[in-house]
Amino acid sequence: MNIIIPKEIQIGEKRVAGTPDTTEKLVKKGFRVLVESNAGAHASYSDEAYREAGAEIVTDAKALYAQAGIILKVRAPQMNPDTQVDELDLIPAGALLICFLWPAQNPQLLERLAAKGVDAMSMDAVPRLSRAQKLDALSSMANIAGYRAVIEASNHFGRFFSGQITAAGKVPPAKVLVIGAGVAGLAAIGTAKSLGAIVRAFDTRPEVKEQIQSMDAEFLELDFDEDGSGSGGYAKVMSKEFIEAEMALFAEQAKEVDIIITTALIPGKPAPKLITADMVRSMKAGSVIVDLAAEQGGNCELTQPHKVVEEHAVQIIGYTDLPSRLPAQASQLYGSNLLNMLDELMQHCEGETICLDFEDEVIRGATVVKAGEITWPPPPIEVAARPSAYSEQPVPEAHVEPDEDVEPSVLRKALSMLVPIGIGAVLLFSLGAVAPPAFMGHFTVFILSCFIGYMVIWNVTPSLHTPLMSVTNAISSIIIIGALLQVSSQSNLIMGLSALAILVASINIVGGFAVTQRMLKMFGE
Amino acid sequence: MSTGLVNAIYLGAAILFILALSGLSSNENAKRGNLYGMLGMALAIIATVFSDAVTSYWVIVICIIPGAILGLVLARKVKMTQMPQLVAILHSVVGLAAVSVGYATYLDPEMHFVGTEKTIHDLEVYIGIYIGALTFSGSVIAFGKLSALITSKPVLLPARHTINLIMLLVVIYYGVEFVNAESLQQAWFPLTVMTVIALIFGVHMVIAIGGADMPVVISMLNSYSGWAAAATGFMLTNDLLIVTGALVGSSGAILSYIMCRAMNRNFFSVISGGFGTTSSSSSAAVAEVGEVHATTVEEVAQLLLDAKKVMIVPGYGMAMAQAQRAVSDVTRILMGKGVHVIFGIHPVAGRMPGHMNVLLAEAKVPYDIVFEMEEVNDDFPNVDVTLVIGANDTVNPAALEDPGSPISGMPVLEVWKSKTVVVLKRGMATGYAGVDNPLFYKDNTRMLFGDAKTNMDELVKALS
Repeated sequence: MNIIIPKEIQIGEKRVAGTPDTTEKLVKKGFRVLVESNAGAHASYSDEAYREAGAEIVTDAKALYAQAGIILKVRAPQMNPDTQVDELDLIPAGALLICFLWPAQNPQLLERLAAKGVDAMSMDAVPRLSRAQKLDALSSMANIAGYRAVIEASNHFGRFFSGQITAAGKVPPAKVLVIGAGVAGLAAIGTAKSLGAIVRAFDTRPEVKEQIQSMDAEFLELDFDEDGSGSGGYAKVMSKEFIEAEMALFAEQAKEVDIIITTALIPGKPAPKLITADMVRSMKAGSVIVDLAAEQGGNCELTQPHKVVEEHAVQIIGYTDLPSRLPAQASQLYGSNLLNMLDELMQHCEGETICLDFEDEVIRGATVVKAGEITWPPPPIEVAARPSAYSEQPVPEAHVEPDEDVEPSVLRKALSMLVPIGIGAVLLFSLGAVAPPAFMGHFTVFILSCFIGYMVIWNVTPSLHTPLMSVTNAISSIIIIGALLQVSSQSNLIMGLSALAILVASINIVGGFAVTQRMLKMFGE
Repeated sequence: MSTGLVNAIYLGAAILFILALSGLSSNENAKRGNLYGMLGMALAIIATVFSDAVTSYWVIVICIIPGAILGLVLARKVKMTQMPQLVAILHSVVGLAAVSVGYATYLDPEMHFVGTEKTIHDLEVYIGIYIGALTFSGSVIAFGKLSALITSKPVLLPARHTINLIMLLVVIYYGVEFVNAESLQQAWFPLTVMTVIALIFGVHMVIAIGGADMPVVISMLNSYSGWAAAATGFMLTNDLLIVTGALVGSSGAILSYIMCRAMNRNFFSVISGGFGTTSSSSSAAVAEVGEVHATTVEEVAQLLLDAKKVMIVPGYGMAMAQAQRAVSDVTRILMGKGVHVIFGIHPVAGRMPGHMNVLLAEAKVPYDIVFEMEEVNDDFPNVDVTLVIGANDTVNPAALEDPGSPISGMPVLEVWKSKTVVVLKRGMATGYAGVDNPLFYKDNTRMLFGDAKTNMDELVKALS
């Protein structure tokens, strides 16, 4: 099967959908990989390197596309400004396109793909399941964006990040405020921290507090009780009172910090305006704001997308192509995400190399066009996104509603509990009908003891399982009581048997308790 | 002592036993719990001895004193690596005692019942002896396997399931005969046949189970010894025995369940035995014979000194080589140099539940750096070096990656996710499951061949 990696034609796009490293792995999987000449030039990957990795270099885009089985790209297909050829027209019917399509914003594109009979998967539509993390290209890109945001900030900031005491005097450390601690926010925190700055961070979701603190940054808290966690690990819109309290906090911080990095996004909504013009005015001259939400309108009122502007002596960076500004790294991570996606596609197939298995919710979620049909949006799935480092990103669309229809399973659960209870009741009833009262008394004691044992044993720590066995072993020798009661019998046989039982049980009692004590002593030290 | 007083003391003893078990929920309270257990046992014995039913004190003294001395010597002498054997042989003792008490009770002319009560009593005796005999012979075989007197490989008779079924049917048939027997003479034959079959059954069951499944077997026998005590309690209408037996029985049952879950195996499939016998065909599927990177002690020492975080994953191989003290020394040296060292323990590592924890505690590894698999498994990407010491199946990536593997689906320690893995191993032999381990061929894996103890001792020298 042929995989093609074309050169990106969007102006300023420096990434490429595969590196020599990922190409080599694709070749190993048995694919024939065709790379457009100079595809990796901006990311410092030469044609020669691809060739060494086992790819074939094709100069003509038309010839390249004609052989395509799978097309790996970064950006969605578009009109080539130089040749006036639309990439979409080059894609042969039946091919599979994998790239960032942003299906919500590009409905016409989906229709055109469907009309052409091209299958398409959108890397931004991968559902956020723990299993799908290795193909989560949005997280990979957000990580790079967070890193690059700090680098851009330091580039525009006229001072050190780290505090120093030099012969020429003392330099205070820079103070950085990161708003929104998703993947990008956490990457920014880590980078700023390693440059030596004092980092503070804010997020509406209280569960990220620990992650922020684990990176040695200060978590700014509002004295306000509202949880900002939405579904799928994203943030949600907060109440008016909360926003007011939040804005007051930012206003206060703006006066103090040197650098603000904002990454706040809410799925499906324009970016919230968190930094007002007044706040910008209150900042120190020379301060820098990096607005990672610039593409969705910006978190700062004065942000202009794609540009750096200076307002009130504060530089406001609104770049929307931060991952592309680290092209080699971004291509490598994105290429690996694609590689993992192909792995998934290869897993469920019989007879074919790859297939779009809609039983698999990851593949189902990412597939936006299949066999001429638009399959976006995917049916809602119950998302068990881990409350970990995943939050806001430049992605309003990867948003999935949790499934609230749980009634049938509750019913089934109740039934599955009722059946054993019913059987138990019938058994107990029939036992009670025939058994003498004395036996029922002992039986009651027995069953209750089983329950006590059950409750008690689950609390035992796993590290003490061996002592548990030896101590239960010792106390099971309580059977000695039975022997003691029989030993005074007139019959020699009974006495002999009982004496034997007493002898062996006492080995067990003393041995069991003593060895337990010996072990527990070691644990105590 | 009046019966009321004796029963009151029994109640106290039962409560003390419950406290003994609940004490094990933390390291701090465990020792006190054990003392409660001893106290309960002492009270119960004293109350029984001084009750009206007991008159022959001299027999008791003659039996208890040598038994106690023997027990004490055993407990003092045993090495921590031999704990599984000791526990197994002690289980057999409970089984033996249960059989003796069962026979004695049946022969006791004072135990005379009529009607339903007789049927129930006979059944109690029959079941009690059956469980006791099964526990006895099964534990003896387990002891033999653990101390390498018998091969630890599963020994499988042809048509063993049919044999088991026939034996079970015979036991049921003679059970009916026994209950219907009019006289002692008539009852004698069914009882003997059943006892012999129960003994064979115990042998047959345990001998078919492979070494890696021993933790399940041990905890299952633990459970049986409890049920044997409970059955004896029913025959003697003694609530203390019933309570204690039920506690022990459910304890062993839960342990068996935990062990089975840790291997992702069904309890019955473990008990029906024969693990690893089908692996010859499936290991061909794992024919990922790549290159193995061997390493030296010096290299490992350098790796460890350069690491920030080190995880040590011990397995049965560490116990066999008696390497736990050297491991402890390595840990202490590394911690002294500021390396963050933790231990990751798989629930079925070793030959009995909690085996590794005991060995590490003996070697004075602080217990707060020893973690269960579930606590550390997500942590591997942050680990610089993982030292795998004598573990194999519990760190086999095939369990997760190869659906055809016999251990597929078993939760394993995902050591290969750490930056470097060093595997200490004698040679390239497979583990008990008989499955090839792709871990050894991974790019970030280094193999340190040789005896684990010798290598760890060398490592101590190289580090200090």
